[in-house]
Amino acid sequence: MGVEQPLGDNIVTASLDGLVNWARKSSIWPMTFGLACCAIEMMATGAAKHDLDRFGIIFRASPRQADCIIIAGTVTKKMLPVIKTVYEQMPEPKWVIAMGACACSGGVFDTYSVVQGIDVALPVDVYIPGCPPRPEALLFGLMKLQDKIGKERNSFGSAIGLGDRLEPAA
Amino acid sequence: MASTEIMTVNMGPQHPSTHGVLRLVVELDGEIIKKVTPHIGYLHRGVEKLSEHRTYHQTIPLTDRLDYLAPMSNNLGYVLAVEKLLGIEVPERAQTIRVIMAELTRLKSHLVWIACHALDIGAMTVFLYAFREREQVMDLYEMVSGARMTSNFFRVGGLSKDVPEGFTAAVKEIVDTFPDRFDTYEGLLTKNTIWLQRTIGNGVISAEDAIDYGITGPALRGSGVDWDLRRDNPYSGYDKYDFKVPVGENCDTFDRYKVRLVEMREAVKIIKQALDSLKPGPVLADEPQVCYPPKENVYNTIEGLIHHFKIASEGFPVPEGEVYQSVEAPKGELGYYLVSDGGTKPYRMRIRPPSFVNLQAIEKMAKGAMIADLVAVIGTLDIVLGEIDR
Repeated sequence: MGVEQPLGDNIVTASLDGLVNWARKSSIWPMTFGLACCAIEMMATGAAKHDLDRFGIIFRASPRQADCIIIAGTVTKKMLPVIKTVYEQMPEPKWVIAMGACACSGGVFDTYSVVQGIDVALPVDVYIPGCPPRPEALLFGLMKLQDKIGKERNSFGSAIGLGDRLEPAA
Repeated sequence: MASTEIMTVNMGPQHPSTHGVLRLVVELDGEIIKKVTPHIGYLHRGVEKLSEHRTYHQTIPLTDRLDYLAPMSNNLGYVLAVEKLLGIEVPERAQTIRVIMAELTRLKSHLVWIACHALDIGAMTVFLYAFREREQVMDLYEMVSGARMTSNFFRVGGLSKDVPEGFTAAVKEIVDTFPDRFDTYEGLLTKNTIWLQRTIGNGVISAEDAIDYGITGPALRGSGVDWDLRRDNPYSGYDKYDFKVPVGENCDTFDRYKVRLVEMREAVKIIKQALDSLKPGPVLADEPQVCYPPKENVYNTIEGLIHHFKIASEGFPVPEGEVYQSVEAPKGELGYYLVSDGGTKPYRMRIRPPSFVNLQAIEKMAKGAMIADLVAVIGTLDIVLGEIDR
């Protein structure tokens, strides 16, 4: 009727950046990297009641297959080099979530052995407060990360080697 | 004959089956394990040192984070140690609620154990079922303390507050429904051929060796040693309850699995008995020097406010002396050794974590096995790095 649609409903128009961002944010694959108490809440979030799979979030055991690292727990000085190595093993693009008070700021453990926040070593995208954060809080944090990925610019260009990926201004 | 070479393989601290940040250096002859050396300290947070700079009440939240799968058992051991040092009696209602919560904690911890142990060996369904049940216990935790995991519910002298309305009904529901759920797990695992082949004859440790290594808890009972602190050195009125202590025969992973499953059923029985014996009454000892005043006094009277402020800011002095108090935590004997110099802060606090001692046996249990079985051995030991490294 009226306007002819030779292609039917099969075509969606979008920018290439938007398409890439949509694909990336709908399939965040975090690494299973439980450090302490928060890891148990991370597992609870992945289990049946809260069900991370519905966001396309599937935990991977290898950093080579992951694009997001959730720092879930206390980072000690002995552990920091390991975390850095694991982070470097992840392919670009990659994002970091600091889950819980310890990963954000050291939490209650203001001691000789604890790193006072993972942001001294890694570029953190989302901070989730709480000791430990509830599964709902982790879900909210992941949704914030999805929003952030959705607003990135030059995602397609950077993927084919033209310039850098531009993060949205905070 | 082909010449063989010993190969050294590093496992962890980033490994999905090491239950946290455990690192194992494994020496292999082909696939056969020759030597396992655990490296720990990747989660050393300095809890013992921190507690020397905090008042006795301020240390309670730190104990939550030791064995984060069983926070209330940790709270219980610590408050019992301080109470022993002070020589104060806890009201009966508080003791009964403590027992209910400690046994719920045992369920909570064992549910994570069965979930992860089965997941490591390849049974994903059990993980999803066990975490569903665990959510129920977590809801109960939230109901009494406001937090899902780090509860900080017990106080020196009793509880932080009485349980809310609806507590009894919620616990009753757990008591009524959980035994059926345990049947489901048994249905999924106990006759499952893969499960049997992976667990029978795996991680064998004889009773003598288990005692020599100082292993406690289900890992010791799986080796046939009949020892449970709840029965043999009762605290918090455990002597009033009627429960069985399950014991294994073949000292292997399968027996430890059976022991833990029976323990979960027995925990439900204890909860049921405790719930039936729960009577109204105070939940905090009448010791104004030590215990916080009731909240309505703090909000409505100046004396109450001063009282609260004094205990919160300065703490309470504890008579000079030293004490050791242990409880049967889900993983074994959890002990607190406190030294007081008469001040408001502990002079020294030493924690005897069950996982730390149990982990020693890993080499004995894994030697000669295939590398794939090492994962089953880690699972059956049920370790938590938070309390190993402290």
